[in-house]
Amino acid sequence: MEKILLRNIDAPDSRTLAVYRARGGYRALEKVLSEMTPERLIDEIKASGLRGRGGAGFPTGMKWGFVPKDSPKPKYVVCNADESEPGTFKDRLLIEKDPHAIIEGTIISAYAIRSHTAFVYIRGELVFGASVLERAIEEAAAAGFLGKNILNSGYDCDLILHRGAGAYICGEETGLLSSLEGGKGWPKVKPPFPATHGLFGCPTVVNNVETLASLPWIVNEGAARYVAIGTEKSKGTKLFSVSGHIKRPGVYEVDMGYPFKKFLEEDCGGVANGKKLKGVIPGGASMPVLRADELDGVTMDYESFQAAGTLLGSGGVIVMDETTCMVRAAWNIARFFAHESCGQCSPCREGCHWMEKIFQRIEQGEGKPGDLDLILSVSGNIMGNTICPFGDAAAMPAAAFIKKFRAEFDRHIAEKRCTVSAGQ
Amino acid sequence: MALEFSQASLKRFDEIVGRYPKKEAAMLPVLYLAQKEFGYLGAEAIEYVAGIMGVPAARVYGVVTFYTMLNMKPIGRHHIQVCRTLPCALAGAERITAAIKAKLGIQVGETTPDGKFTLSEVECLASCGTAPMIQVNDEYYENLNEQRVGEILDKLK
Ligand SMILES: Cc1cc2nc3c(=O)[nH]c(=O)nc-3n(C[C@H](O)[C@H](O)[C@H](O)COP(=O)(O)O)c2cc1C
Ligand code: SF4
Ligand code: FES
Repeated sequence: MEKILLRNIDAPDSRTLAVYRARGGYRALEKVLSEMTPERLIDEIKASGLRGRGGAGFPTGMKWGFVPKDSPKPKYVVCNADESEPGTFKDRLLIEKDPHAIIEGTIISAYAIRSHTAFVYIRGELVFGASVLERAIEEAAAAGFLGKNILNSGYDCDLILHRGAGAYICGEETGLLSSLEGGKGWPKVKPPFPATHGLFGCPTVVNNVETLASLPWIVNEGAARYVAIGTEKSKGTKLFSVSGHIKRPGVYEVDMGYPFKKFLEEDCGGVANGKKLKGVIPGGASMPVLRADELDGVTMDYESFQAAGTLLGSGGVIVMDETTCMVRAAWNIARFFAHESCGQCSPCREGCHWMEKIFQRIEQGEGKPGDLDLILSVSGNIMGNTICPFGDAAAMPAAAFIKKFRAEFDRHIAEKRCTVSAGQ
Repeated sequence: MALEFSQASLKRFDEIVGRYPKKEAAMLPVLYLAQKEFGYLGAEAIEYVAGIMGVPAARVYGVVTFYTMLNMKPIGRHHIQVCRTLPCALAGAERITAAIKAKLGIQVGETTPDGKFTLSEVECLASCGTAPMIQVNDEYYENLNEQRVGEILDKLK
């Protein structure tokens, strides 16, 4: 498999401009500025089939195409480096090891929509990552890849590094924009979409780190080479972050369509300590869990994960072995969402706390007979009734844990204790 | 005396605000600057930031309470944050928390009497492949066990 996203990370000093350039860096930007109109660029990215890697999988070229060309307002691009979905740590790797690929991709994205001001919104905890990016932005500016009249093309673009301050919801694009506007990270009702009404009411594109880091390769090698990799609806390569009870955790670059079981067993070395697999969350904590017996024939792409009843999401693969108490796992995730709900809409605010409390009491041996149906009903009331997709992201995994491991939940309630593990 | 920025911080404030297309956008970096200078963001610091940002204090208050990294109360010199989310929990995060509690003699949410350590539990820090992990101030410590976490605390001054 060819490495597109991880092509540079093992090179010594990969984060420096000198090494990035020696490995072909910023050639894509030169090509775009000297040979391609924004329209040509958008067509090329549409032809590549690239879909956003932040979780929703929306086609990148199409998103750019929604930005009005003739708007008198300024336009903005934001690189979403808020990476906070539990189980996901791929963007952090790119930020720390290949910051120039992200910067080059962000400038290319800005050029596509004729924006002159771009931001990187990085989660506040990644202090080291922010310092790497800051240094790289300075290097890029000093070398003429940022600022006025980039590479004598007449095109101007500034890039501003902005640190968040600890709030998962700021990864959701409209929450991010509220935060960048200086307020609480409260998501906004869509429509209108950021493409027309984004930052300060101006046309804005928000793209994920991994999406942007894919762009230089696609521009250099051409859309035709990118579409040759992957499946019908999932093109190119994708980063998967693998954690939990697995022998070799880490970030893997995989051709879309790769067999999931083979990936876990061979590439990642299988379940750690010779234990058996019990369940796996394939797309970050927001996505429904799969049981070990549901993995046959599943491949790593948008359509196959969906057919299996889950979603590819951010590609955060969380592996759980046979000793895992699923009640405890479900409670842990419910607690995360209860902690992170922004509190704006009541089904989400109340529902997340309610689900957490019920999972907690079951786990502590105080569950009641109707508790599981109660959680399913709370989850059902959240789904589709909230301002932003966080509500669904909290509701889906809760319901999935119960549906997939119902017998274990029933036993935990009946026996008033865990029958699976001594603790986690 | 009411709180105010030092000359150096005022200069930094101007630089920060100058970077953004609109002044409001500079709210978080300005609050970080204030937190660094004043130690935490109490009522006086919030009033001061509201004044220099030209927004109502209620708005700044809303922002400060929204984000976990902005503190309204003083915290210890070393803020130990244990990640408790699922991947870290699967790798034994609870044992790390228990070891720290035992060593420092405090519960989660508390500060040692000498003001040296505050212990918190936090959600996923994008370090799940090297779990369990903690963050102490700006620094990540990954692939931990009880012994290593003890050694790390011993080294903090
Ligand atoms: C609750 C929630 C959290 C999200 N967190 C992130 C995140 O941390 N990083 C990210 O890139 N996208 C995140 N997203 C997706 C963004 O809203 C948005 O779709 C994405 O940044 C667009 O970029 P893309 O098209 O390149 O994927 C999140 C979405 C939701 C609903
Ligand atoms: S769904 Fe939840 S996180 Fe999203 S806006 Fe409503 S309360 Fe906030
Ligand atoms: S769960 Fe602890 S870093 Fe992700």
